[in-house]
Amino acid sequence: MMTAPEPNLIRIDDREIPFVHGETIMDAALAADVYIPHLCHFPGITPQGNCKLCTVEVDGKPLTACTSPAAAGQQIRNNIPELNEARKVLTQMLFIEGNHICPSCEKTGNCALQAMAYHLGMLHQHFPQQFPEREVDASHPTIMLDRIRCILCSLCVRASQEVDGKNVFAIAGRGIHASLIVNTASGKLVDSDLEPSDLAARICPVGAILIKEHGYDAPIGKRIFDQHKISEIGLEKIYIAGAKSDDS
Amino acid sequence: MTHKPKLKLATTSLAGCFGCHMSFLDMDERIVELLEHIEFDRSPFTDIKQLGHCDIGLIEGGVCNAENVHVLRTYRASCRILVAVGACAINGGVPAMRNHFSLQECLEEVYLKSPDMINPHIPNDPELPLLLDKVYPVHEVVKVDYFLPGCPPSADTFYRFLSELIEGKEPQIGKVELRYD
Ligand code: SF4
Ligand code: SF4
Ligand code: FES
Repeated sequence: MMTAPEPNLIRIDDREIPFVHGETIMDAALAADVYIPHLCHFPGITPQGNCKLCTVEVDGKPLTACTSPAAAGQQIRNNIPELNEARKVLTQMLFIEGNHICPSCEKTGNCALQAMAYHLGMLHQHFPQQFPEREVDASHPTIMLDRIRCILCSLCVRASQEVDGKNVFAIAGRGIHASLIVNTASGKLVDSDLEPSDLAARICPVGAILIKEHGYDAPIGKRIFDQHKISEIGLEKIYIAGAKSDDS
Repeated sequence: MTHKPKLKLATTSLAGCFGCHMSFLDMDERIVELLEHIEFDRSPFTDIKQLGHCDIGLIEGGVCNAENVHVLRTYRASCRILVAVGACAINGGVPAMRNHFSLQECLEEVYLKSPDMINPHIPNDPELPLLLDKVYPVHEVVKVDYFLPGCPPSADTFYRFLSELIEGKEPQIGKVELRYD
């Protein structure tokens, strides 16, 4: 006798959500309009599980939703105070590990890290400010790289390889010594084949990769997260368009 | 009718631009209503020089020199509730952008290398407070009870925060709006 096949459903908080075999928990959640906080996930790009913001509790175990396959019957806790508190602590660490002086940053209002901090109700950074020193690369005529705000999400690395068919960026070193490098002999952006129309030049969730001379195209007050909350699903399109340069 | 004693409020600006204080004043006529319940102690808004025992102390700006440290510690010792107000108080803000450079480099750049300097020299009057190696967030120097983010926090943010304290409620900062810029 055949047993009925298990329906492809997972439960996230109080919602039953369908999934297709091969999808991750994040894929299924996004398709069902369920927000799981994330900073290093981008639809269509291979997930890597770097930021840990998407950590959910799957049958009692913490797992990153962006890299964990959905499996029938999973009981997942997502939007709960304990996890949101842990996500806030991760966000605070991302802030203090770089120099995030939002009032002086071109990306303010368009920045996913900042919007995440708003979403999680971050009032201060709690940990001692590291004030690190990292190299600025202004060599490229139209693209700027200010590593002091890089959160090492690796989206630019993956977008360059998978979508642009190039290999402009890489992450070198580990742990606190990890840094974003440019794959050229000089290590400078000007010697790479990066162009402003590349996804890698537009995907940066923070103000680390910026298109020059377009930082203030949209005035403060009229930017993405002045009008949207980061918990709205499908903002990526606006995100990419918002960061796009005219000449691309 | 019983009259509740007025809450005493002190404010100061350390390494800040007074923008937070200006934003406070943006609450316009609501300040009159507020003054029914609070009384200013030492503050740039008053001419009181000596800090008394206060219920609330609002600190604008980060900590960039020895005098800032002294003032901040005095406020902490005298205020029941100490509040870090604005981006600079919370993470050092724009003044902390000097933290990339050594103090010597900063002083030389400003006082020796600036164009059109007459008699360039690094100021050394003993009256001048000594600069710290870096600009520090307020909470790295003293314990802070509340944080009001924003550059500056809006007048509404100040008003709501103080109204909640006057009513004896736990302030719900960030539940309504949060902005760091
Ligand atoms: S990258 Fe984002 S969080 Fe960092 S300073 Fe810029 S706006 Fe603020
Ligand atoms: S530069 Fe931007 S996209 Fe690239 S790793 Fe850093 S934060 Fe991520
Ligand atoms: S979005 Fe899953 S780890 Fe960053």
